[in-house]
Amino acid sequence: MNIDSSLITTTLQATVRAGTPLLFAVLGDIFTERSGVMNLGLEGLMLVGAISGFAVSYSTGNLFLAVIAAMIAGAVLGLVHAFFTVTLRINQVVSGLAITMLGTGISGLWGKGYIGVVAEQFKTLEIPFLSKIPFIGPVLFSHDVLVYLSYLLVPLMWFYIYRTKPGMILRAVGESPEAADARGINVFMIRYLYTMLGGAITALGGAYLSLAYTSMWIENMTAGRGWIGIALVLFATWDPVKAMFGAYLFGGVTALGLRMQAAGTTISSHILMMFPYILTVAVLFFTSTEKIKLKVGAPAALGVPYSREEKT
Amino acid sequence: MKIKIEKREGTPFYMNILVPAASIIFSLFVMGIILLIFFQRSGMGWGEAFSETLSAYREMFSWPFGNIYGIYQTLLKMVPLAFVGLGLSFAYRMKIWNIGGEGQLYMGAFAATWGALFLFNGIENKFIMITLVLLMGAAVGALWAAIPAFMKAFAKTDEIVVTLMLNYVAIFWVDYLVYGPWKDPKGYNFPLTAEYPESAQLPTMFNGEVHIGIIMVIILAVILQYVYSRTSWGFNSSIAGDNQKAAKYAGINIGFYTIVALLVSGAIAGMGGAVQMMGIQHRLQHGFSPGYGYTAIIIAWLAKLNPVAILLVSFLFGGLLVGNEQLQMFYRLPLALIYIFQGLVLFSLLGGEAIFNYRISFVKERAVEE
Repeated sequence: MNIDSSLITTTLQATVRAGTPLLFAVLGDIFTERSGVMNLGLEGLMLVGAISGFAVSYSTGNLFLAVIAAMIAGAVLGLVHAFFTVTLRINQVVSGLAITMLGTGISGLWGKGYIGVVAEQFKTLEIPFLSKIPFIGPVLFSHDVLVYLSYLLVPLMWFYIYRTKPGMILRAVGESPEAADARGINVFMIRYLYTMLGGAITALGGAYLSLAYTSMWIENMTAGRGWIGIALVLFATWDPVKAMFGAYLFGGVTALGLRMQAAGTTISSHILMMFPYILTVAVLFFTSTEKIKLKVGAPAALGVPYSREEKT
Repeated sequence: MKIKIEKREGTPFYMNILVPAASIIFSLFVMGIILLIFFQRSGMGWGEAFSETLSAYREMFSWPFGNIYGIYQTLLKMVPLAFVGLGLSFAYRMKIWNIGGEGQLYMGAFAATWGALFLFNGIENKFIMITLVLLMGAAVGALWAAIPAFMKAFAKTDEIVVTLMLNYVAIFWVDYLVYGPWKDPKGYNFPLTAEYPESAQLPTMFNGEVHIGIIMVIILAVILQYVYSRTSWGFNSSIAGDNQKAAKYAGINIGFYTIVALLVSGAIAGMGGAVQMMGIQHRLQHGFSPGYGYTAIIIAWLAKLNPVAILLVSFLFGGLLVGNEQLQMFYRLPLALIYIFQGLVLFSLLGGEAIFNYRISFVKERAVEE
């Protein structure tokens, strides 16, 4: 009995750890998509975040600088995406793919010198009192700072998006850029801003992988998490709170897969690794019927470049 | 000052060639700068890094395009790229974003192996065997694309993420087979299957240097060119891609067209997987594709979905892949370089088009207000 409950505790703890990079990726993309810009480049953003965080941690030993570097790298790639999709108005799908290719390539080339080296990494920081609560303590409060940051980010983002004036402006730009423009809001600037901010937060998810989760640099270490993140944005219906549930659901599937492997199941690890992707397809299927889409209301202008001259 | 962007009325024809060519040249230039920095950072002086970059470029182009054996390699690499690129063009014409070429290629290769090693392994007749294996690849490729097709047609599920997720599932599936039940006991523990029987190996040309897959893909391109330009399918699918409303008024069944577009797209990519297996690999193995399915996306775009242009661009990108392999071997550069290059091509191509499609001018703020 005792063994069983500790197994559940460690699995749930692993769930939070595995869900955190996804959570950052999803939260970042929610900001971007709320402004009406679709960014499919999460995979590339995360990889660039992972390598720049790792490289800076390796050369300076300062984790704060590492996190900042990852966020700046994400913001720069976000800027590229914004330039192509907002200013040049090119297809957002293709631009997102190009971001992923660039991110994969840059991280691979840059990371060549960092394979197999050890850098400063985030350590577990038990929160006093809270971590002593039975069951909940080890599951939720025996993690590193980045995990706690992600906890904070969820309610903050929720409040920001739904309860503040800048949040209202953000939603207006994503819903109806024409109306926002008519009220004197600079649609282009808002979209640039949130594409960069979203890129920075998504890149943080990548940095979590290289600085806390795996604690080293491996080429293509995101292994499709960026794409799962895109599916989770739909699943979460652009809501930060639901994003948290989605991210932990997927983290749970990953953690469970690892645990089953460790327990020596006869199922091949390759089959277990398929589960998150199959689950994503299933989730997409059940969240994408017209009815649900109408009810939750995706940002109406998502994926549509805005132009002052060509009003539709 | 303010940037003003106006749409141009019609694009001159020469832009269709100028923009892709300029974007490739521009990307090579930017990649040159990246290489320069890379060499410099790995401990060379700037002058030495510069000459190293130049010689790397010479290496990258002289072998795949300037040497007959290099050209054979380029042709071999071109085959899977062109198959998947042609397949994708079939869906992209309807603006259906099939990003799943990689997975469909893998599933085609899986099905071909299933056929060649287990289902039809008694068949001695080369012609029957090759036809059957090819059909297996096409059928399973189509089946794999049927998942996003039906989801999109009936539940309006976004096909981008679904096709992408299925790529991962397909790759893990092949890994499962080659590490597990299909692993060749005589393979020295490498993750690969047994070799195809002689009858399931494609005939070759040029003293055995190039298999006949290259002829197949040329025939396929001609057929598609005909379908796109001369049949009602070609006409209707491009209307459906341009304007769904107009297509509905014209009585085009969008759901049906969506399903067929994705099925054919997947079938062609799957066939490419079968050809790759029968032509060059002769056995299924872990990670046999260095991302052909993703490169094919760029190829289809660069070629503006024109089948003959897809052949030409595939040849070019096949050569770049061969050249990149040379760089990996002789300059110890990572595979990642090719992704940077592809991302750059995609961006400069699209950016170039945007610049040519829109007239961008700087005007005084006041002038806009009027």
